[in-house]
Amino acid sequence: MGRYLVRRLLQLVPVFIGTTLMIYLLVWKVPGDPFAGKCGDRGCPDNYRAMMTEKFQLDQPWFVQYATYMKNLLQGDFGTTWSGRDVGEIISTAYPNTLKLALVALIIEGVIGLTAGVLTGLRRNGFLDNLVLVSTLFLIALPVFVVGFVLQWFFGVKLGIVKPTVSNEMRISELLLPGFVLGSASMAYIARVSRTSIAENRRADYVRTAIAKGLPMRRVVGIHLLRNSLIPVVTLLGTDLGALMGGAIITEGIFGINGIGRTVLRAIVTKESATVVSIVVVLVLVYLVMNLLVDLLYAALDPRIRYE
Amino acid sequence: MSDILVSEQSAPGADGSGRPSGRLLEVDDLRVEFRTRDGVAKVINGVTYHVDAGETLAVLGESGSGKSVTAQTIMGILDMPPGFVTGGQVRFHGKDMLTMSAEERRRIRGEGIAMIFQDSLSALNPVFTVGFQIAEQFRVRRGMSRSDAKKRAIEMLDQVKIPNAKGRFSNFPHQFSGGMRQRAMIAMSLALDPEVLIADEPTTALDVTVQAQIMDLLGELQRERQMGMILITHDLGVVADVADRIAVMYAGRIVEEADVYDLYAKPAHPYTLGLLNSIPRLDEKGQQLRTIKGLPPNLMNIPPGCPFNPRCPMAQPVCRETVPPLLQIGTGRASACHFAEELVNRD
Repeated sequence: MGRYLVRRLLQLVPVFIGTTLMIYLLVWKVPGDPFAGKCGDRGCPDNYRAMMTEKFQLDQPWFVQYATYMKNLLQGDFGTTWSGRDVGEIISTAYPNTLKLALVALIIEGVIGLTAGVLTGLRRNGFLDNLVLVSTLFLIALPVFVVGFVLQWFFGVKLGIVKPTVSNEMRISELLLPGFVLGSASMAYIARVSRTSIAENRRADYVRTAIAKGLPMRRVVGIHLLRNSLIPVVTLLGTDLGALMGGAIITEGIFGINGIGRTVLRAIVTKESATVVSIVVVLVLVYLVMNLLVDLLYAALDPRIRYE
Repeated sequence: MSDILVSEQSAPGADGSGRPSGRLLEVDDLRVEFRTRDGVAKVINGVTYHVDAGETLAVLGESGSGKSVTAQTIMGILDMPPGFVTGGQVRFHGKDMLTMSAEERRRIRGEGIAMIFQDSLSALNPVFTVGFQIAEQFRVRRGMSRSDAKKRAIEMLDQVKIPNAKGRFSNFPHQFSGGMRQRAMIAMSLALDPEVLIADEPTTALDVTVQAQIMDLLGELQRERQMGMILITHDLGVVADVADRIAVMYAGRIVEEADVYDLYAKPAHPYTLGLLNSIPRLDEKGQQLRTIKGLPPNLMNIPPGCPFNPRCPMAQPVCRETVPPLLQIGTGRASACHFAEELVNRD
């Protein structure tokens, strides 16, 4: 296990270098003038051009630029925006909001999705089963912005039971609706996957053994059946976790949440290259770590999976 | 199509009467069918047998004869649907288990009647340690503490002769060999000291040498604990050493029931005779193996009359018309053949 972990961590290094290099080149090295549109219609004054060229090393070859960026990054310096704001600071104000939202979404989709999946997997073709199948189909088919605007209008405007937008304090009660919207599609997938998984394992021999041992039904389902059925669900939750941590451009936009998704969108629109690169680099890191955690979680869930 | 079969089969118990008795476990005229999309399969058509404390009943039959389904019905682990119990009783200490409440029935499982399954790899839960799965019963059913339950589970592993029981406690099923896994399965089924043990082909998935060890162990534990044991098998070799009585099943019926010795010496049903003849013999090495011609009947369309008649070398017109009832012939044995007497009195 220890050796596996070390190997996996070492594997992260080339992946990290490869992805960051790609992002760096994509953002900085696209053809065209980096100053185009920066200073309005007139074009930028020469002294500004000279200052910025020096600051971002625009006259250097790309590998020197990249090496300098990486060197600074390893020292915790995410660079600055054109106007001189610290990118690290921008990330550290936006990221906690994204994390909060992601966590709420994850809990909502996990709890509701799994409960629906287990109940319908145990009793298929009933009323609840059909209800879940139809409603999950809706959630999967509808784009997030439709679900988002409809629910925002219905609960926030029509019924008025929640505030339609989230305040800067990011209270959990305010985040329930955005969390639901953000997690809705994944929730539907989780419900469906766990339903299939439960229904498949329900007839497994070990479940029969557990019943034959005279265990109460609660224990047969909650311990013996659930543990085995969770394995495919964890895969889904794991990849989803990475996606959720990457920020939610649309959901954050609809509910006015100052998260990483909106920040990166704004940076792209205003051509804040340094900000874009740094945020994406952070997201890559988060994604890699999440993937590793999920792989390790497998081993905890299924002892037959051995890592060496 | 299945209503061709409208015969009223009388199936008395081995003692010739259907009255309730002081039996430990009795199956009385049990009928089970599987309702599938393709039709209704009559899997059990009036099975009657019993087992008392301290005795071993072997239930013999080929695949699809209904021996396992009978056991699953006794345990209450039959998949329903597609399975439906359409008649009969399963009495434990005289009380019908098929009509009692689910909770009452659950309490009998494990403590009253326990079961060993064929394939221990799939029958044990792959994600929990063997020790956990044994100790679980002590914790849930006996309310023991974690450490007490562990102690008892290690004792159980020790009893089924698993070396280094203490160290093996925290192993997962896939870390056991096939034989050891079946031993663990036995330990698990015996944990709550059941009065009846049903072993459903306990050695089928094992090597021949390991088979013998497991059968010896089962026989030993059965005698020690004076349990009633129902041994389900299709292997005549396995039966001879361990069983006291044998019930032979065919197409969801008992076709013959007898003492082990009587059955091997003088089978009273042509099917039993065919089974015994098909055992490969060393002194006939190189010759073609003897088989019973034909195939087991389609349970959705069991032939009228004796279900064995299409394959029976002795079949007469009467066999195609009347279902032979399971009747006493001599003491302690019964046969469902019109010509049972002739068979026994041969030579």
